Amino acid sequence: MKYLYVGATSELDAGDDREALMMVRERVAEEFGAPVRELGLPGIEFAFDAGRGQFGSIPVLEMLARACPADALKLLAVTRRDLFIPVLTFVYGQAQLGGRVGVMSLARLRQEFYGLAPDREVFLERASKEALHEAGHTFGLVHCADRSCAMALATNIRQIDLKRAAFCASCAAELRRRPRE
Amino acid sequence: MKTHWQILVVDDEEVMCESLAAWLREDGYLVDTAASGREAVEKARDRDYAIYFVDLKMPGGMDGIETMMQVRRLHPEASIIIITAYATVDTAITAMKEGAQEYIVKPCNPEEISLLVNRIIKVKNLQRENTILRKKLTRQYSVHDVISKNPRMHEILELAHEISSLRSTVLIQGESGTGKEMVARAIHNSGERASKPFVAVSCAALAETLLESELFGHEKGAFTGASQQKRGKFEMADGGTIFLDEIGDISPKLQVDLLRVLQERCFYRVGGSEEVRVDVRVIAATHVNLQQAVADGKFRDDLFYRLNVIEIRIPPLRERREDVPLLARHFMERLSHELGKDIGEISENALKMLMDYNWPGNVRELENAVERAMVTCRGPELTADDFAFLAQNGAQKSWSAPAGMTLSDMEKLLIVATLERTGGNIKESAAVLGIDRSTLYEKIKRYEIPR
Repeated sequence: MKYLYVGATSELDAGDDREALMMVRERVAEEFGAPVRELGLPGIEFAFDAGRGQFGSIPVLEMLARACPADALKLLAVTRRDLFIPVLTFVYGQAQLGGRVGVMSLARLRQEFYGLAPDREVFLERASKEALHEAGHTFGLVHCADRSCAMALATNIRQIDLKRAAFCASCAAELRRRPRE
Repeated sequence: MKTHWQILVVDDEEVMCESLAAWLREDGYLVDTAASGREAVEKARDRDYAIYFVDLKMPGGMDGIETMMQVRRLHPEASIIIITAYATVDTAITAMKEGAQEYIVKPCNPEEISLLVNRIIKVKNLQRENTILRKKLTRQYSVHDVISKNPRMHEILELAHEISSLRSTVLIQGESGTGKEMVARAIHNSGERASKPFVAVSCAALAETLLESELFGHEKGAFTGASQQKRGKFEMADGGTIFLDEIGDISPKLQVDLLRVLQERCFYRVGGSEEVRVDVRVIAATHVNLQQAVADGKFRDDLFYRLNVIEIRIPPLRERREDVPLLARHFMERLSHELGKDIGEISENALKMLMDYNWPGNVRELENAVERAMVTCRGPELTADDFAFLAQNGAQKSWSAPAGMTLSDMEKLLIVATLERTGGNIKESAAVLGIDRSTLYEKIKRYEIPR
């Protein structure tokens, strides 16, 4: 039996972050139809880049690849740190395309990040979309032209809000076609 | 489709390279990476990438600008985006001057890169589509523009296709308006010269001296008004095809000049002493019977034989009436777009009228008739009324028996006309007239018809 692991990094707080994690577990279990387990992970301070004040997602993926349990179908880690890759100013998350591990950040999903009043509903909704998106990449899905599909490319928060927390029919069909190890 | 397009990311820093590549792969592109300018140029030699992301500062004696210049030498159409961590106005200007499509500073906003890539791919898709459509268009010109279901026309088109890659001179004979230039273009477009110029010259339209300078060009001061050197049509057609229409009308002097070009592939500009060499395929056309002109001493026989290497005779429209409805519908379709009139039908009566008409001006006359009818037509269908003007210019349409003629006079005339039409072929004439060959011989003898 293989499990979909949702990784909780140690810096997640017990409030919103924890709630988002539960939301992610639920949505992932529903969409991918596999049993979900939670995996406790260390914090990602090692990936901190002092020059940018952000955390590199590539070292995080490397750490995840090492920490991935043998019975894991996929491992999706959730962090509250702001992630980047060297060439871009930020990423909402990153995953190995068709690989086993992925990471998503909650940092830019909060209304507070944009100077707005907190909104728990919006935050949780965004978290589930981003979780499906990164997990979708690990299952080999690429970006979808359908703006409302979870696999659509989002480079700003409005584009995330435009999406639905679900896959479009063709991405869903593609998922069903893909073999699961 | 994104997967057609490949992207190359060039950066000496592996993390940079791999992270951008991975990010683009998530977008569905096929992405390659190169760790140096040299490696990038090597990869570009094997494959044509749609977009190159090139880091400006790279060690090893080949920076981003140099890499870009070498890649552009291999693929002038390549879209290159220069990336740098240290933006200065100077480097930006240099990059753009050397042909970079964009210049971005890392770390870049993901939105910026995404929009940039989408914009470039959109243009590439349009360019590709354009190329494909162009190809379709030439294919259409080479075969479909000559519309016919007549077996003789089909033979002509086959021949045109067969001889298209030769350099042999072609002589096209046919009445005015039968589509001689169309066939010439079909020959040009289906051969290897298709990408080179097709230059058409109407020899009847110009006076002798003008035609000479038109064909061969002239030097500055060659004659009054020759204020500068001018290239002639033969030079313009170099590598391609020159189409000499109404060749039967050229003067004896030009016939000599032309003979020289055909024999030696070189000529002098008017007033010039320098020999000009050209590689031109000559396709000549005429509506007069050149053989007759040779017999009458109006056309040089040596030039005739030079021109008549491959002979194509286009039958007049009245000898292939089965094409009339086909052509009429084709012109209607084209003209309804051009005139902005939605006329899609033609009545049975109108078609019958067109079939019965004699078409002295051939396909061109048919085209003009359809246009005129469409301009005046008020309904969704062309009717016989719309073609009423044909009855006026062509009274011969409805045949009437000449007065005071005997039956045998009539018979003789019909036999003479039929023999002329079949080029003196007894078997064919007998078949057309519906009598035996022996009967035809007998009648020819009785009426003393010369053969």
